[in-house]
Amino acid sequence: MTIKEEAKKEVIAICASHKDEPSPLMVILEEIQKKLGYIPLEVQEVVSKEMGIPVAEIYGVVTFYNFFSLTPKGKYVVGVCLGTACYVKNSQQIIDKFAQSLGIEIGGTTEDGLFTVDAVRCIGACALAPSVSINGRVYAKVTPTEVDKIIADLRKKEETANG
Amino acid sequence: MDKINSVEKLDKVIEDCSAAFSKKIRVGERTKDGKIAILVCGDTTCVANGSVDIQSELEKALKEYHLEDKVTVNHVGCFGLCSQGPFIKIFPDDTIYRTVKVGDVKRIIEEDIIGGKPVEDLLFVDPETGKKIQKQEDVNFYKKQKRIALHGCAVINPDYLEEALGYDGFKALKKVLTTMTPQQVIDEILASGLRGRGGASFPTGRKWQFAANVQSDQKYIVCNGDEGDPGAFMDRSILEGNPFNVIEGMMIGGYAFGASEGYFYVRAEYPVAVRRLKRAAEDLEKLGLLGDNILGTGFSFRVHVREGAGAFVCGEETALLASIEGKRGMPRPRPPFPAIKGLWGKPTCVNNVETLATVPYIIRIGAKEFAKIGTEGSKGTKVFALGGKVNNVGLVEVPMGTTLRTLIYDIGGGIPKGKKFKAIQTGGPSGGCLTEKDIDTPIDYDTLVAKGSMMGSGGAIVMDEDNCMVDVAHFYMDFICDESCGKCTDCRIGTKRLMEMLTKVTKGTATEQTLEDLKELSEIIKNGSLCALGQTAANPILSTMVNFPEEYEAHVKEHKCPAHVCKDLMKYVIDPNKCKKCSMCARNCPASCISGVPGKEPYVIDQSKCVKCGSCMASCRFGAISKE
Repeated sequence: MTIKEEAKKEVIAICASHKDEPSPLMVILEEIQKKLGYIPLEVQEVVSKEMGIPVAEIYGVVTFYNFFSLTPKGKYVVGVCLGTACYVKNSQQIIDKFAQSLGIEIGGTTEDGLFTVDAVRCIGACALAPSVSINGRVYAKVTPTEVDKIIADLRKKEETANG
Repeated sequence: MDKINSVEKLDKVIEDCSAAFSKKIRVGERTKDGKIAILVCGDTTCVANGSVDIQSELEKALKEYHLEDKVTVNHVGCFGLCSQGPFIKIFPDDTIYRTVKVGDVKRIIEEDIIGGKPVEDLLFVDPETGKKIQKQEDVNFYKKQKRIALHGCAVINPDYLEEALGYDGFKALKKVLTTMTPQQVIDEILASGLRGRGGASFPTGRKWQFAANVQSDQKYIVCNGDEGDPGAFMDRSILEGNPFNVIEGMMIGGYAFGASEGYFYVRAEYPVAVRRLKRAAEDLEKLGLLGDNILGTGFSFRVHVREGAGAFVCGEETALLASIEGKRGMPRPRPPFPAIKGLWGKPTCVNNVETLATVPYIIRIGAKEFAKIGTEGSKGTKVFALGGKVNNVGLVEVPMGTTLRTLIYDIGGGIPKGKKFKAIQTGGPSGGCLTEKDIDTPIDYDTLVAKGSMMGSGGAIVMDEDNCMVDVAHFYMDFICDESCGKCTDCRIGTKRLMEMLTKVTKGTATEQTLEDLKELSEIIKNGSLCALGQTAANPILSTMVNFPEEYEAHVKEHKCPAHVCKDLMKYVIDPNKCKKCSMCARNCPASCISGVPGKEPYVIDQSKCVKCGSCMASCRFGAISKE
């Protein structure tokens, strides 16, 4: 997979905007992750060239933090909270159900690129346990029976959007 | 607002803001001009429950009724009782509404704002007397609490500097800049007995003193907001509720030991906190309360906000500093301590969010008064994130020395559905569990350690009879395994082996030797790890083994999970006598392993195909399905 010229330009612009800051690598990678949704090796090479940091070092950082991803994520990232408060209220069942209903492993992405199921560590909404965060929207007190409905609603939304 | 470049100007601004703000949150009779203030909770939990929509609906309705000149609406930080949110508070009546929905807005406007009578069904209900409660302070949940670190949360609009300034904001900074020498500030914090709230409980004043004693052209103060303990959200709520207070605490620290740059390191999972913090810093800079020569006193200070990227180990101070420096967040050996050699090799103090949020209060009321709160060795208050199997899930700030019973029953409202209390996990993955026998222990740093757990950052997860303690230990081990940075061999490989052994226990394939091995390896990891993550990695196992040996034995010897949680040791069964043959379970089964004939034959689960997801039990309306 090759990245688009446009994306490359964006990466260069992001690097340029942080050039004067002390050790800005994390900030740069965070912005790239938010903008492109992932940080493939190709992009890391661009960052390396722009910032004069060895690719090995950048790769080390990218693979260390959960927030950074080497592969593209689905359009909807289903983050099932596996924090303690959610876990003691059976969030494992919820994430298993999502993975099963979508036919993917936890951490995987559906073939149509629509859904990724991730385990997240505590989104701090413990009163809503078990909670699920999908693209920033928090679903409260999710039950296994609601999972299929959540997926169906999002699919429907996509279909309507695509006419 | 004009630039605040002198002490006199600050005095004037504080005076004006205080007058305006105290008028806004005045409690008493409504005045003739009909001014009313509505506060809506804007904390993450309430937002997820629709509080933003409620706020915009309120604003829309006020326009419809032509009340927008008289009634103000704004969001505030966390009210604490998150499980009953979203909250709305109305001044001057001092009425608090809970579990408000968008559909209630019209009634609130018509009955309360216009009619002058509270909307009865949105009020709190006293669980004992059944009476309605109108005022926040009369609700049991709030009675035994004292808000110091949470000062201003649920009171001020965290996006308005004017409100912070009108509610004690920057009084402490002014006091230190105009009347105290840096050493006096350190002495004051030392005398207050304040200890770090992030988990290590090191005296804050001593840390500052170390950094003050080092000569350097540049020093840094870093605020640790990488709240990684799953199930803890104190720091998030403090930052979301009153970011100004934390910045003020940081500036006071900077003044005390000579740092002119401050870094906030906040988890990327807390976007609202990051946004509000950045905005607060920008506003302060615009007014000249951050920058060069603050208030003309010669003190200069700047704030930077950095986001974490999802690594629990970055809560460890040396790992956190490595992360700010753009490296893998791996801890390094200490000494040298960061106070001597920290960020970019310069003297650096790393303080927790809650610690810094407590500092302005100490300066305002004085160390002596502060030291009256709490216990002999632990002064002040502690914020806990109370979660799990407890009725009132939320954020609680109590004086040190409060008992677990008060925390769980008086404040927490007890265990839901009349279930039996089993344990409370404090200190997160590094801590341990406390049981019924410890319930009257006053909680402070030292008693918790003596009881085999720790304060940690303040996560407090309650578990009831339905939780399997082996499974809980397994959960924490899975977490630690995932989050071990990999630097120390014992932690990297040892936690993996512990995890495999625990998995055997939960599958019923372990032997008594496995339990012995677990203990032995736990000791090895403890001794062979560089940082607290590794040193405490085995705590959840050791603590549950000590407190619940019978549960481990049941898994190993009888191949049973007494709480029916471990999937390999439990099954779902349908009671044919209770089954109404409605087919609901079969229709909800994702594995299609339930068969029967609607209306004729009771349903039966094919155990060989069952994935144990629990969908059937959740869908059965007749309680015919149980776990065995």
